[in-house]
Amino acid sequence: MRALRRALDSLLAFFVDDGSLAGLVLGWLTLLWIAIAWLQLSPRWSALLLFAGLAGILAVSAVRRARSR
Amino acid sequence: MSAATLHSLGPMLAAFLASLVEFVEALTVVLAVGAARGWRDALLGSAAALLLLVMLILALGPGLSRIPLRAVQLVVGTLLLLFGLRWLRKAMLRSAGVLALHDEDAAYAAQLQSWGQAQPAPGRHDMLALLATFKITLLEGLEVVFIIVAVAAGGAHLWIAASLGALAALLLVAALGVLLHRPLSRVPENTLKFGVGVLLTSFGSFWVGQGIGVHWPGDDWSLLGLLAGYLLVALLGVGVCRRVHASRAALPAR
Repeated sequence: MRALRRALDSLLAFFVDDGSLAGLVLGWLTLLWIAIAWLQLSPRWSALLLFAGLAGILAVSAVRRARSR
Repeated sequence: MSAATLHSLGPMLAAFLASLVEFVEALTVVLAVGAARGWRDALLGSAAALLLLVMLILALGPGLSRIPLRAVQLVVGTLLLLFGLRWLRKAMLRSAGVLALHDEDAAYAAQLQSWGQAQPAPGRHDMLALLATFKITLLEGLEVVFIIVAVAAGGAHLWIAASLGALAALLLVAALGVLLHRPLSRVPENTLKFGVGVLLTSFGSFWVGQGIGVHWPGDDWSLLGLLAGYLLVALLGVGVCRRVHASRAALPAR
């Protein structure tokens, strides 16, 4: 059981080392998916919004880490 | 350059560079174990892990091609995006001086010291050395397998391009390891990770965008726009992080 948990932790660590970064990315993708599927957001705007949101999340996450001591 | 060429060259380059970083890290441990406890079992452990990884790729490839492309792009694209952003963020923080740079020479010296303390019985297989190189090759190799799977998410034909990129990196690192017999400390690891982070984040964004129904202007050509955009944001981010970190460091400790 412990070995399985260690393996799962290692697998998770492949993708996530800052939970808030991963959470924000997944939240942004979900919002966009809802906006495209149900609110008929223009597909062209959606490309720009996807990039802008992800780039913004990356920059904010890095600066926040630099600010912490 | 046609869009189809870009479509194949991009995954090949991403797989090559990302695999190069992973294999350099594995080589450091394999060299230390081999130098401290003998080459036969160190190489045997690595070879066994490589065999397992090749079998994994051969098993995953045909299986994934049976799943609808859009579903693969959504799931694998999301994972690739998280993976790429993790690499890029860490590389930005290392470039800005917030995190320490990875030092292959120091890692090699520490491994050599810890492995040289207990010697195996002569004539027998050295299970510790075998397991250590098996584990490091498998761990770093699994990341390579994921990268191959992820950057090839755009279609079955990309499997060959991505696999060739990873194979070229493996052969290059193995050849340099045989020739030099020391860790590849001159490989600009953080610069590579920075570039690979930009590449993986761009591919991840592209695939996940297609998965959720985004229309990319110019189709495959928009990958170039994503690459330029993420590179610019990351470079600007490094500058801001450096300034913020310096101003925090100048504050007196409370």
